[in-house]
Amino acid sequence: MELFLHQVLAGLATGGIYACMALAIVMIYQAIDSLNFAQGEMAMFSTFIAWQLMQWGLPYWVAFFATIVISFAAGVAIDRIVFRPLRNASLFSHIVVFIALFAILNSLAGFIWDFSIKSFPSPFGTQSLFGSGLMSTHDAGMIFVTLIVLVLLFVFFRYTRVGLAMRATASNPESARLVGIRVGWMVALGWGMAAAIGAVAGMLIAPVVFLEPNMMLSILLYGFAAAVVGGLNSPLGAVVGGFAVGVIENLAGTFIPYVGRELKLTIALTLIVAVLTLKPSGLFGRAIVNRV
Amino acid sequence: MKHQSASDVPAAVMPDGLTSKRRRLLLSAAAIAIAVILPFVAKNFLIFQLTLAMVYAIAILGLNLLTGFNGQFSLGHSAFFGIGAYTAAILMDQGGVAYYWTLPAAGIACMISGFLFGLPALRLEGIYLALATFSLAVAMPQLLKSSPLEPWTGGVQGITIIKPDAPFGLPLNPDQWLFLFTLAVLIALFCGAANLINSRTGRAIMAIRDNPIAARSMGIDIALYKSLTFGVSALYTGIAGALGAIVIQFVAPDSFTFVLSIGLFVGLVIGGVGSIAGTLFGGMFVLFVPNIAEAVSKGLAGAVYGVILILVIYLMPSGAAGLVRLIGSKIARRTR
Repeated sequence: MELFLHQVLAGLATGGIYACMALAIVMIYQAIDSLNFAQGEMAMFSTFIAWQLMQWGLPYWVAFFATIVISFAAGVAIDRIVFRPLRNASLFSHIVVFIALFAILNSLAGFIWDFSIKSFPSPFGTQSLFGSGLMSTHDAGMIFVTLIVLVLLFVFFRYTRVGLAMRATASNPESARLVGIRVGWMVALGWGMAAAIGAVAGMLIAPVVFLEPNMMLSILLYGFAAAVVGGLNSPLGAVVGGFAVGVIENLAGTFIPYVGRELKLTIALTLIVAVLTLKPSGLFGRAIVNRV
Repeated sequence: MKHQSASDVPAAVMPDGLTSKRRRLLLSAAAIAIAVILPFVAKNFLIFQLTLAMVYAIAILGLNLLTGFNGQFSLGHSAFFGIGAYTAAILMDQGGVAYYWTLPAAGIACMISGFLFGLPALRLEGIYLALATFSLAVAMPQLLKSSPLEPWTGGVQGITIIKPDAPFGLPLNPDQWLFLFTLAVLIALFCGAANLINSRTGRAIMAIRDNPIAARSMGIDIALYKSLTFGVSALYTGIAGALGAIVIQFVAPDSFTFVLSIGLFVGLVIGGVGSIAGTLFGGMFVLFVPNIAEAVSKGLAGAVYGVILILVIYLMPSGAAGLVRLIGSKIARRTR
């Protein structure tokens, strides 16, 4: 039982990482209605920018907020420069451009900051919480920040005009334009916000997994899985999904004998596919109904 | 090389059906003739690379049948490629089976696994299907490495196989022979795909892509056709995997990660979604462009590759096939 509890808590700690990432993924899904494969690399690049700012002697929190602003601007710029000309291209072309962005950001980061592993400071410290060794203060801080971001997003999408306009743009661009919403800028804003949330996620994750250009690869995978399990149009679902994936992964690794450790990832993914087969719109997502 | 197969354009698009069909046949014949002469003039390494490009083209064709013609997304085709490659390698290494018999075996193994995977995938659409297939791609290398399967798969080490010689004492070196062998398989599979698409079954497959509800009300069994298309698609990719194993003479779990899936997907979009001939261009792109990027800059190879990718998408948003079609219709309008 104690082992079980221990593994659940450890799972929640890693789940916090996935939840962060899943939140950023859901964010961009709300804005552009497709999954951004370059999300992880954008977060990684932002984290490197934060690291560079700190190397130049800025204190943590100044670097933290400066990075968020820079990432926001960069996200808007990516939309305006790269995706604006492709507005009418097919979904397939968009996905290829995501892949291209992935390659560009990964290779650029490796070129500028090289592939050696760097440590990234945590604002919450890394000692264990309540002296129990189950969860570090950083893990707790990360979960806390994720929840704050979640609440902010909820308020933004639910109670502000801009948030409503963004949701309208994602669900029906033509009608949104007809009621006077500047659709192009809403999409750009979505990109900016996704980049900014990605930056927060990256800076929170980096103290755990260390900073290097490929740090986000597996996290992005789990983040996708979490977002899809929770329901792609639900930020709350993304966070719950993130914790669920973390816990499932840990429990599968501990309690399934023989293949558990080797096939941890496979088991987690199989479970996710199983969830999807039973409930195709995710645990918290609304089923999309099309008019014939 | 780009026009080996005719009839990937629906007849309605072509203004003058018969003559353009004849023109296409002539072009295909010319392309095949050039392809047959090629191994006798090119260097061995180039022949090897072109053989691999054809292998990728077959795999991309498999993906195209599923995505381009049936509208089902897949990021999991590296798994089928891997199953095909391992089937071939295990049969040759431990069963002592001749290399040409491994192709049908790999095809059938993949068709069955594709069909079985297609069944639960029926409930998933779009992005969800993409994630499910992606999971398959991520799981495959781990499964291949896992200890229960190690006696057959050789674990992380993989399996080395021997390159086949030309049969009947033909005066060809193994590279030349494999090129011609792959070319023959490619032509057969391309003709098969073209016939499938132009048949009643093919129209049913495309109807499901265009409007599932209308297709169902016309009496098409959507579940059956979707999972069958999954099976056929996996069959093509599996045969490509087996060919790839024979050409490279080596299989290892880490050759079949999701990176391969993404490569196939890029090839599909660059070649043209829903075009059979375009897959050849896609195969070439997948094989050669990363090398070109590396030649431009070693440190920034990934960035160069990404920039090339974005530029290509800017220039031809509907792939090479779309560009050829566009130029073709412009010329036709000019000359009339």
